[in-house]
Amino acid sequence: MSPARVVRRLGFHVLVAVVLAFFAVPMLWLASAPFDAEPGLGVRWPDWTTSNVRATLAHPYALTSLVNSLVLCVVATAVTASLAALAAYSLSRVRIPGRDALLYLLLLLSSVVTGTAAMVPVFVLMLQLGLIDSRFGTALVIAGGMLPAAIFILKDFMDSVPRSYEESARVFGASPAQVLGHVVLPIARPGVAAVVVWSFVNAWGNFLLPFLLLRDVGRQPAAVLLRTLQDEGGTANLTVIPVFSLLYSIPVVALYLLVDKRYGFRFHGGIKS
Amino acid sequence: MAGIDITGLSVEYPNGVRAVDGLDLRVTDGELFALLGPSGCGKTTLLRTVAGLEQPAAGAVAIGSRELTGVPPGGRGVAMVFQDYALFPHMTVAENIAYPLRVRRAPQARQREAAERVAAGLSLSELLDRRPGQLSGGQQQRTALARAIAVEADVLLLDEPLSNLDARLRLEARTFLKRLQRELALTTVFVTHDQAEALALADRIAVMEAGRVRQLGTPREVFQRPADTFVANFIGSTPMNLLDGTARDDGVECAGARLPGPPGLPGGAPVVVGVRPEYLSVAEDGLTGRVSTVENLGVTSLVTLECAGGVLVSLTVPEQGEPAAGEVLSVRPAPGRLLFYGAEDGRLLGVR
Repeated sequence: MSPARVVRRLGFHVLVAVVLAFFAVPMLWLASAPFDAEPGLGVRWPDWTTSNVRATLAHPYALTSLVNSLVLCVVATAVTASLAALAAYSLSRVRIPGRDALLYLLLLLSSVVTGTAAMVPVFVLMLQLGLIDSRFGTALVIAGGMLPAAIFILKDFMDSVPRSYEESARVFGASPAQVLGHVVLPIARPGVAAVVVWSFVNAWGNFLLPFLLLRDVGRQPAAVLLRTLQDEGGTANLTVIPVFSLLYSIPVVALYLLVDKRYGFRFHGGIKS
Repeated sequence: MAGIDITGLSVEYPNGVRAVDGLDLRVTDGELFALLGPSGCGKTTLLRTVAGLEQPAAGAVAIGSRELTGVPPGGRGVAMVFQDYALFPHMTVAENIAYPLRVRRAPQARQREAAERVAAGLSLSELLDRRPGQLSGGQQQRTALARAIAVEADVLLLDEPLSNLDARLRLEARTFLKRLQRELALTTVFVTHDQAEALALADRIAVMEAGRVRQLGTPREVFQRPADTFVANFIGSTPMNLLDGTARDDGVECAGARLPGPPGLPGGAPVVVGVRPEYLSVAEDGLTGRVSTVENLGVTSLVTLECAGGVLVSLTVPEQGEPAAGEVLSVRPAPGRLLFYGAEDGRLLGVR
């Protein structure tokens, strides 16, 4: 190996190591800090203890907020996935003028409507509907914000299901519901799986809407509670935050692994013809 | 078991195109019937209308004397195999074959049993647990056929059943399909653009063009006596010679030669003379021209003659009898194989 090459390879590996460290340090913190007797903001080999875990479990709102998060996400994801599947299927099959323009408009508006810009109107709307402090209402608003993008993603999958499959099923006597349940959805399943994971992760990490719409701390999800984990002095409560962060990150990873294993993100597609 | 009656059927697309135009057709019980025509002639639309996937603008379809207007596809007693087979990629072969029973909510055990029984008849037993993506083209086609048979319908509709197979497999599948249809004695309508396929498979053929039937008949009738110049041109693997001629008192004048003509034509009337290359043979006199090209077709060769006035006439000659290019040859049609068409409307006037 020539010296120039050695230097080049060395440089490459050093670069990779630096980039890796950049991403690994927060992960290492997440793995070590929860079990460290004196957790700080740096990464170090911990003095093993479970007192942080006990402290977190004893926190009056920590576990409730995780349950709240789960409720919010499950409702929002279920609403998003089921409505998006139906809407994407009909939009993919029905020819109406301006269909694509409508989709783009919805997509554009959704990022405005549920974003910071519409904070006040959304709050007023929910207030008048009496849905402030309602987890279900908040989940609906979150789902409404995610729907256009979910429809957009799913429509592509629905478009790729050949029409002859549906016609074939119809000739065999299948009802529209059977066509959807037996043929279209199973073939578009990777798309549905992707939308389920995507909307769950989105809802799980959503801070603004639950922060606005859920005033009662007993109903707030984990993403909102995390901000309020302070001790009396107003500094970050480092006994609870590391464990809580670890617990907070588990469901998303677990969901991804479960969906990938059970349903798979691979696409059956059509048969080559 | 039932025949199909189509009366005055018209199908229009939203853009105003009439895909099928006032068509009458009767397919008898147990018949293997071909709808043949070039792309865009309305043959697939006609098939889809029989299946109920397209709505007619006028006219009616009846199967076994049961009027089907407004009956959804599933209630018509038809089974259909699509051009791309439309096998569901997420189901195994067995699940695909049993799908019509699943739609009717038959118990699992009966579904499996039916799939096994039908699959055995089409030598698919070994493949029941595979997915369509793991099958060859021929196996996919048989799976699609098996699924259509499992419906136990009165009528089987096949859209271009052989077009997705490679040339070699197509011949095997053709024989297989014909045998299968005989065994099931199931009224079968298939669509094809391949005239050889229609001639080989069908009991009767409807040659279609622009939404209308141009000729209806057995393969022999359609091949030997095409009803007009369109059919004459379309049928046959080597195109028929269609030569402009003029009727005379004692025959027809054509490409500088005098041929026997049909009786009863007014002198001086323009006609089109049609004769298949296979029905021309070398003779002492007749159509005379210089050999311009010789194409090898295997057992025979296709010889193209350039006759008087630059008119091209082709004929087939047996192997080893090929003339050299530039040679002057005279050819005569076999008796009863010379066809005369009206120059204006292209309809068959007579045979000689």
